[in-house]
Amino acid sequence: MSALLGIENLRKSYGRSVVLRDFSLDVDEHDVVVLIGASGSGKSTLLRCIDLLETVDDGVIELQGRDITDPRVNADEVRSRIGIVFQSFNLFPHLTVLDNITLAPRKVHGVPAELARERALVTLERVGLKDRADAYPDHLSGGQQQRVAIARSLVNDPVLMLFDEVTSALDPELVGEVLAMLRDLKSEGMTMLVATHEMGFARQVADHVCFLDGGRVLERGAPEQVLGEPTQDRTRQFLRRIIEAGRL
Amino acid sequence: MSSAEDTWSPSALQRERDAYRKRQGLRSLLIAGLSTLVVGGALITAVVSAPGWERTRTTFFNWDKAVESFPAVLAGFWINVQVFAVSALCVLIVGMALAVLKTLRGPVFWPLRALATVYVDVFRGLPLILVLLLVGFGVPALNLTGVPTDPIVLGCVALVLTYSAYVAEVFRAGIESVHPSQRAAARSLGLSGPQSLRYVVLPQAVRRVVPPLLNDLASLTKDSGLISVLGAAIDAVRAAQIETATSFNFTPYVVAGALFLVLTIPLTRLTDRAARRYGAVPGGGHL
Repeated sequence: MSALLGIENLRKSYGRSVVLRDFSLDVDEHDVVVLIGASGSGKSTLLRCIDLLETVDDGVIELQGRDITDPRVNADEVRSRIGIVFQSFNLFPHLTVLDNITLAPRKVHGVPAELARERALVTLERVGLKDRADAYPDHLSGGQQQRVAIARSLVNDPVLMLFDEVTSALDPELVGEVLAMLRDLKSEGMTMLVATHEMGFARQVADHVCFLDGGRVLERGAPEQVLGEPTQDRTRQFLRRIIEAGRL
Repeated sequence: MSSAEDTWSPSALQRERDAYRKRQGLRSLLIAGLSTLVVGGALITAVVSAPGWERTRTTFFNWDKAVESFPAVLAGFWINVQVFAVSALCVLIVGMALAVLKTLRGPVFWPLRALATVYVDVFRGLPLILVLLLVGFGVPALNLTGVPTDPIVLGCVALVLTYSAYVAEVFRAGIESVHPSQRAAARSLGLSGPQSLRYVVLPQAVRRVVPPLLNDLASLTKDSGLISVLGAAIDAVRAAQIETATSFNFTPYVVAGALFLVLTIPLTRLTDRAARRYGAVPGGGHL
């Protein structure tokens, strides 16, 4: 079976700085692939390229066997199959929790308002925030906001979820509730690509861990191997720094 | 990082994509050009083929009359430019001061805040022509010593009174759009309240309100001519009116209109360019 997401020889640069070069990666259905690496190693850029928020310089990204980097492809249609959650939540502050979630189903997928509302409430129940449906994002904690952001992506039934350091902006005590949601998603079989600095989480949840360095996947393997017995010097260096910072 | 970069050249697939994008770009350009031509052509044909076009053309677009009236209209326009330049400067200063007063917090500043609020409420609500007449004829009637009686000066005062009320609200919207955390960050660095305002909040606020600010300034260029109701000054529109009165040909008005456009369009372009140079300030969220 071919991979759900296949990336081949991807290249992306901003001006003269090349962020991704000859980047290749496969993600099978139901797989959870965790991306680790220093800031600037290209984790976020990769996720943004996959969601077609950035135009790639070269290379191919295939989703469900179709090249989505082709300019002839309808980017909106592709994005509607992919969910992405950002570090800074990016909820719409002028809409209630419920309206944040029902916006895309109603305006993009043409779901009738009543049905969209029902589905949103089911999703909110899943993330444990059904009682805050009518609240505005400003009145929620960071962890709650991030869970709403996840619910907002899930309600569109994506085939692939991208998480871009979704816990980096949260208090430590709120990190747990968001990571618990990601664990639930894994147990439901969601295919996920997760950029994170939470090594403990990577160890527990990842099927594969990829260490990104210099715009490439420098090392890929099972979490115990990459995080426990890395073969590359750069990976060892990176992990040592993380341990010194007390983050492992 | 650089060694691999030098050897990169686009793959055949990427070259094909680039070529496709270029073709699409050209196609869009072609469609845009064609549709502009068709719509423009249809509009011109509609106007030119109208039964009264000959009459309209000689009355509004008479070249000889335009040349003949140009010096007088231009002289009037010079008054507009001067009044505009002086008023605009004062409007920006007074408007900013009012906006800052309105955003002051704390009970000590209540009187200033109230004063600024009342000022804005009153002068934003009064018709400009009424303020002009009140200031232009009312102030000299007071017979106070040391107070100017020149109608041009008084006209400028009236313009500043009205427009600074508009502009104050534009600036206030900008100030309030700067996130409170910016002020907190500035204060935490040891900047005083006024310093945070001056070096952190206002620079961001002003950049955000450039487009609505230009609205008011463009409007001011046109209203600058209203001071001719005070009788002394003859601005471009008044000059055109006089020229028209001698021959019942409306071309001088068109000449005056063209002159105003010559002032406001470059003003907009220049400001847009300056705003870009100094960097647009993003609003709230970021990725």
